[in-house]
Amino acid sequence: MGIPMEKAINFDAVAERPEVEAGIVAVAMPPKMSCRNVDFFYGKFQALKNIALDIAERRVTAFIGPSGCGKSTLLRTLNRMYSLYPGQRATGEILFNGQNILEPGVDLNMLRAKVGMVFQKPTPFPMSIYDNIAFGVGLYESLSRRDMDERVEWALTKAAMWTEAKDKLKQSGMALSGGQQQRLCIARAVAVKPEVLLLDEPTSALDPISTAKIEELITELKQDYTIAIVTHNMQQAARVSDYTGYMYLGVLVEFDATDTIFIKPGKKETEDYITGRFG
Amino acid sequence: MNEHTNKQFDAEMEAIRSGVLAMGGLVESQLTRAIAVLEDGDEHDAIDQVGADEKLINRMQIDLDQLCSQIIAKRQPTAIDLRFVLMITKIVNELERVGDEIKKIAYKAVQIRGADRLSRVRHYDVARTAARARDMLQMALDTFARLDAGSAAEVIDRDEEIDAAFLAIMRQLISYMMEDPRTITAALEIIFIAKSIERIGDHAKNIAEAVVQVVKGIDVRHATADQIRAEVAEE
Repeated sequence: MGIPMEKAINFDAVAERPEVEAGIVAVAMPPKMSCRNVDFFYGKFQALKNIALDIAERRVTAFIGPSGCGKSTLLRTLNRMYSLYPGQRATGEILFNGQNILEPGVDLNMLRAKVGMVFQKPTPFPMSIYDNIAFGVGLYESLSRRDMDERVEWALTKAAMWTEAKDKLKQSGMALSGGQQQRLCIARAVAVKPEVLLLDEPTSALDPISTAKIEELITELKQDYTIAIVTHNMQQAARVSDYTGYMYLGVLVEFDATDTIFIKPGKKETEDYITGRFG
Repeated sequence: MNEHTNKQFDAEMEAIRSGVLAMGGLVESQLTRAIAVLEDGDEHDAIDQVGADEKLINRMQIDLDQLCSQIIAKRQPTAIDLRFVLMITKIVNELERVGDEIKKIAYKAVQIRGADRLSRVRHYDVARTAARARDMLQMALDTFARLDAGSAAEVIDRDEEIDAAFLAIMRQLISYMMEDPRTITAALEIIFIAKSIERIGDHAKNIAEAVVQVVKGIDVRHATADQIRAEVAEE
């Protein structure tokens, strides 16, 4: 795979660094989501401090950093998953399709349909493979049996699961292997046709082959979706992402093109972390 | 630079670093021996030693490259670590080629001495230029040992001096050859020696450029000494 054209163009943009002083690196694709001055609180504890970054459309943005640095918290603000829990709040601005999703009155169900999420541990519902996918779709759309069949096939194909699953659609999703369960969860997230996919450590519970399949899938999916991924595996971030943010203690220390971060990061803190000199 | 959390990683990086310094030290002393052959008498021991050094240098090249491959496979180095490992493989190549040039110099020097008296030409300038190339190589290795991008430009200045000395030697030899065709054979041998010395300067320059790349993360190959000075100062 060669270097995508816009990445090459972006390299020049980054080299000039017009916006670095503002703490925001210009992304070459139009931003799908834009965070400005985002703070996050677990009760009195501030877990995110003044986060500002753009998440480029149809690109993969990765967040790396030590445990507790706020990367999963940041991901959870992007579809307001935190709103399920009392005492957790975010302030600032996250623009998604022109709307600040942190404002009150946002339709959270609609938001989560548009900004889907996949978690660290595969979380299939205790139902058949078919129903795992159809269940979510049924919440937002009423489809005929035939259209639903098509949607299930489409989603499973997108998640590179169709050939494995087509003969056992009636079997329980729980009976699949860990890697297959995770791909089923990705199919489930894709089935409602979101615009953004948030992946929170999607491969940390998987073996290397399943991990490679998911990584391959991420590269496929970015043709249609905007993806943000949190990972402890730095090499994974280097392999799959176009942009990488390094976070520490709730602060976005550095955000830049992935090639820059892993070859010549701008900050010493970032270099110490990615080269294994941390702590 | 802080230590790695994984101390074994540090030990492996130190092993390739000190390996390059040992290899560099060997190349330097090999060059000193070759210069001795150039300057005076029939030092048969010296010529044998130059050949033996060259074999050892080749061995070190293979061993160091293998260590670098192992580090890349096991540690997946990034950023400065990645640049460092890549630079080591490059410097090792440069040093091995310097070793080859030195062997050529020593062997040619013995041939010149074998020629009959009438056809000899003076070549003090050549031995002097070789000594300058050795100083330059020493500087380049010092730049590497201290990872001092600041002194890389000085090394590159020296290369320009050596290139100028090479051209002067060429002009001198051409005039000899025009005056007395009996000197042609010897003069050609000396030209080969001078060319090898000039190449040693180029290799030393490449080593200095590699140091800038590792420290600053910028590629300064094909840049002038002044451009490098500006780049290094800028960061």
